[in-house]
Amino acid sequence: MDTMRDRFTAVAGRLLDEDPRLAVVLAVISGERFTDAARRHPDRVIDVGIREQLLVSVAGGLALAGLRPIVHTFCSFLVERPFEQVKLDLGHQGAGAVLVSSGGSYDIAAGGRTHQAPGDVALLDTLDGWTVHVPGHPDEAEALIRHAAADADNRVYVRLSEQFNRSARPVSPGRFRVLREGRAGVVVAVGPLLDAALEAVADLDVTVLYASTVRPFDAAGLRAAVAGTDAADVVLVEPYLAGTSASFAAEALLDRPHRVLALGTAREELRRYGTWQEHVAAHGLDAAGLRARIGGFLAGSRRPVGLAGSGVG
Amino acid sequence: MTPTSADTAYGYDDLRRLMSLMTGDEKHGPAATSTLDVLWVLYDRVLRVTPQTAEDTGRDRFLLSKGHGPMAYYAVLAAKGFVPQEWLPGFGSFGSPLGLHPDRVLVPGAEIGSGSLGHGLPIAVGSALGLRAQGLTDAAVWVLVGDAELDEGSNHEAVAFAGAMGLEGLHVVAVDNTSATYRRPGGPASLFAGEGWSVTSVDGRDHEALYEAFTAPHPGRPHAVVARVEPKR
Repeated sequence: MDTMRDRFTAVAGRLLDEDPRLAVVLAVISGERFTDAARRHPDRVIDVGIREQLLVSVAGGLALAGLRPIVHTFCSFLVERPFEQVKLDLGHQGAGAVLVSSGGSYDIAAGGRTHQAPGDVALLDTLDGWTVHVPGHPDEAEALIRHAAADADNRVYVRLSEQFNRSARPVSPGRFRVLREGRAGVVVAVGPLLDAALEAVADLDVTVLYASTVRPFDAAGLRAAVAGTDAADVVLVEPYLAGTSASFAAEALLDRPHRVLALGTAREELRRYGTWQEHVAAHGLDAAGLRARIGGFLAGSRRPVGLAGSGVG
Repeated sequence: MTPTSADTAYGYDDLRRLMSLMTGDEKHGPAATSTLDVLWVLYDRVLRVTPQTAEDTGRDRFLLSKGHGPMAYYAVLAAKGFVPQEWLPGFGSFGSPLGLHPDRVLVPGAEIGSGSLGHGLPIAVGSALGLRAQGLTDAAVWVLVGDAELDEGSNHEAVAFAGAMGLEGLHVVAVDNTSATYRRPGGPASLFAGEGWSVTSVDGRDHEALYEAFTAPHPGRPHAVVARVEPKR
């Protein structure tokens, strides 16, 4: 199976053939994957070298000149390092772009903290007008990248990761998908953490919503799901900084008493290398880690926890 | 010498009065007017853009990167009919589209919002690339920067890349009032020359010299004009 990043680079090359408004902007990373596309479209595959501020500013300028830029590098160098360029050269100028990051929160785990960016979505949340897609499978990545490329002049962030689910779900930008229904609470699983979340709650009587698009946050979908449960207990399972979507959930449920357990990567720096799988486990985002915390949270509800299975609690 | 244009009621001699509508003072020191002559010559004689063509894809684009002290810019935009003269007295007030730093969304004719230094030139690189990709090679992109602004690292990324790309559609006018904290040997000119740009240094108050420098051919290279004005201090 190809990775999301493989799929992105293949699809972006084809998109350049299909739509003369599109341009790909790179800062060395993944440049070797665009060699053929650059031969076909020398003016629309732009590699600025190791210059990440320029990477984003050039995208702003391309957009102001009438093109739709697709900008790509690792998470940490796309959102964090050139954050003022994202804020001013895209947002403040009213310029649209598609930012496609790879590396997720800790895909390059052995690279250490410099290559880890669990705060990217939270940072974008300080700005207005950003759509954020977090695909959970290469097929979803392709669908969402195609959607983003054709999404008028909107500002769209697509977050790719090495981790992905066994099967793809249909994408539905702006809406969460109901995968299961239960009475004891609602679990919102984001992108690549869906498989682990489903496994974690296999014997719990909970509704599971799947989000491959987190901004806009589907407040109506969450409210509808909560309305169908006995307890307004919500669990967010996000593959980036814990709590990133907590305020959005709270706002969606403003008019009713509720509890939110926001799971994601911890703020504390681990100072560990190894593999992304080890980091998933270290942040308690594998099935066992999720099961322990979700079970405890639901058991702490004022209402009896409805368990589908037995011997669990 | 006062260049005037047939299609506007205002000339160079009106600019200080237009500025006074914003400042309430007819006498402006060199700092407030450091960009005035450069802006006038560009808008009056060089840039192929008018209020009527301000949305055309093939228009020339002027990006004010040094967004500080934009009174001269607003005065020129008003003189050329991009913004109504009636807007000028409200300068900087809550209800005014004219802020202490320009916002392209609010100001007709303003190609970018600026204020944070070091953003205009990198954006201009993208616009020049975008115009080239669309075959709009007649459309020129101009950026005004200050000599101190060139200290921002983002400009160094842009200057080096544009030089390496031979980005002929890109033009910079660096208004040099020696305000950089640590002056580079050779001043701003050496930065551009070192990256393979075409560079000309002129008296930033001499309209004919500016015009000549602005319109000098520079095949296969981006072009920088260093416009020397009175030192800030």
